[in-house]
Amino acid sequence: MIDVQTIRQDFPMLKNNPDLIYFDNGATTLKPQCVIDAVTSFYTHHTSNVHRGDYAIAAQNDALYDGARESFAKLLNCGAKEIVFTHNASASMNQVAYGLAHGFLKKGDVILTTEAEHASDLLPWYRLKEEYGIEIRYLPMDAQANLDLEAAKQCFTPEVKAVAAAMVTNVLGSILPIRELTALAHENGALMIVDGAQAVPHMKVDVQEIGMDFLVFSAHKMCGPDGVGILYGKYDLLERMEPVFMGGDMNARFQKAGTYELKHAPGKFEAGTPNIEGVIGAAAGCEYLMKIGLDNIHAYEKQLRAYFLEQMSKLDNIVIYNPDNEYGPITFNAEGVFSQDAAGYLASRNIAVRSGNHCAKVLHEILGTDSTIRASFYFYNTIEEVDRFVSAAADITLENAIGIFF
Amino acid sequence: MSELETMLEDPQVLRELIMDHYKYPHNHSLTEDMKYRKVHMSSDSCIDDITVQSDIENGVIKDIRFDGVACTISTASTSIMSDLLKGKTIEEAKAIVDQYMNMIDGKEYDPSVLEEAVAMKNVYKQANRIKCATIGWKAIRQMIEESEAEHE
Repeated sequence: MIDVQTIRQDFPMLKNNPDLIYFDNGATTLKPQCVIDAVTSFYTHHTSNVHRGDYAIAAQNDALYDGARESFAKLLNCGAKEIVFTHNASASMNQVAYGLAHGFLKKGDVILTTEAEHASDLLPWYRLKEEYGIEIRYLPMDAQANLDLEAAKQCFTPEVKAVAAAMVTNVLGSILPIRELTALAHENGALMIVDGAQAVPHMKVDVQEIGMDFLVFSAHKMCGPDGVGILYGKYDLLERMEPVFMGGDMNARFQKAGTYELKHAPGKFEAGTPNIEGVIGAAAGCEYLMKIGLDNIHAYEKQLRAYFLEQMSKLDNIVIYNPDNEYGPITFNAEGVFSQDAAGYLASRNIAVRSGNHCAKVLHEILGTDSTIRASFYFYNTIEEVDRFVSAAADITLENAIGIFF
Repeated sequence: MSELETMLEDPQVLRELIMDHYKYPHNHSLTEDMKYRKVHMSSDSCIDDITVQSDIENGVIKDIRFDGVACTISTASTSIMSDLLKGKTIEEAKAIVDQYMNMIDGKEYDPSVLEEAVAMKNVYKQANRIKCATIGWKAIRQMIEESEAEHE
């Protein structure tokens, strides 16, 4: 399936930190050498701007930058011109929110979302509520952030014009029935917007099979560089949509009277010099993942998680919040120890995890706890790391957590 | 060196101090009394969310209270602060806060005025926890400054 020891050779971070257990992949992922090389080579061998130069190197960068759309189109099974590059998943979501508020939605329309969403899939909608009178309603979920599709059906009133949900929730890793939810949205005349930040890096996401109207995610969570977000949109919707940013490169022509004509999608959404190194690196990361195979990655991670869950469940001092989910991070607390203190103790054992509310600040109302520890994996993590992690987790006590300061 | 200062050199004593103040924080309830000033501290960090109240009258800190969700370091450091600064004049309190901040920044400081607060002396080694160790102290400093501004 996956030869993890060979794969680990591709990651300089792992070689340079042989004792580090990196279980914070939900926050960001490590970068393989091919991504680092792609970024470096842009500065050492072929620096230029894009879409502006009449020389060979500039043409090479045009081909690499716009060619990156082909890589992501292959990954998602869509057209290259349906791929917009932004600065991160939040930027992609803000573009969708702005676009919906200008020409798609009107005051009193409703957006359905969930209480398990990351801030990037809530705050843009909260602004629409505040500024445009768009209403927000939440789809019902259980304590492990799983969606009840039957109950969801009841939420579709005629005012519902859009549904926004994460395909995989970032705290609990619950996989939402996105295909069914998309079908439900479409049956009710609503648009489907999917946050794929925790899904696209870990599983095959076919936008034609699922049918969502928009999908946002970020390159850095899938072995790519920081500062690159991807926005997939159905082409006719992208063509109808207003861009958030106006400026260079996105216009076709403009006159001093203040009139202008914009480029077609995706160009009109990419104002100013883009993150060229980042996009080229993101494409290298995307190709790298496709070479390993998203299905292989998904199967390996599931296996690793199952083993991790089995071992962690044996510990008396650990409470796990998402034992029934078969995929994604393990979210837990050590009894009597505040999550940040526990994460501090794990850090003293050379383990990187995330503690806190994971930017999902309304989720605690469902979970019944204010903050948790999230251990999130990727395909380069190993069974041996899980074993070391579990033995460290067994030692999380209040005394040990305070002990790191002495 | 006083007996107390000698005791406060012992890591085991300091560890237990933090543990005690975390499990059983002092002055850990808010009041509705309108004469209290109030600062809600949550923006500095993703997790800690605490409220600190103080009753400052005629240049003296008569009472300090706090409540909220926070880690051991935030809770214990705020609890210790509330004991230490209660009853002090604002001049004394400001001098103590300065010494505490010096300690947290890893600079020279006078342990004799900090008493139990020296339990936090190693926090500077964990840069990500400095916010936790100062959250309550920044709150009281802000309230002292507000009270001074009102009486100028």
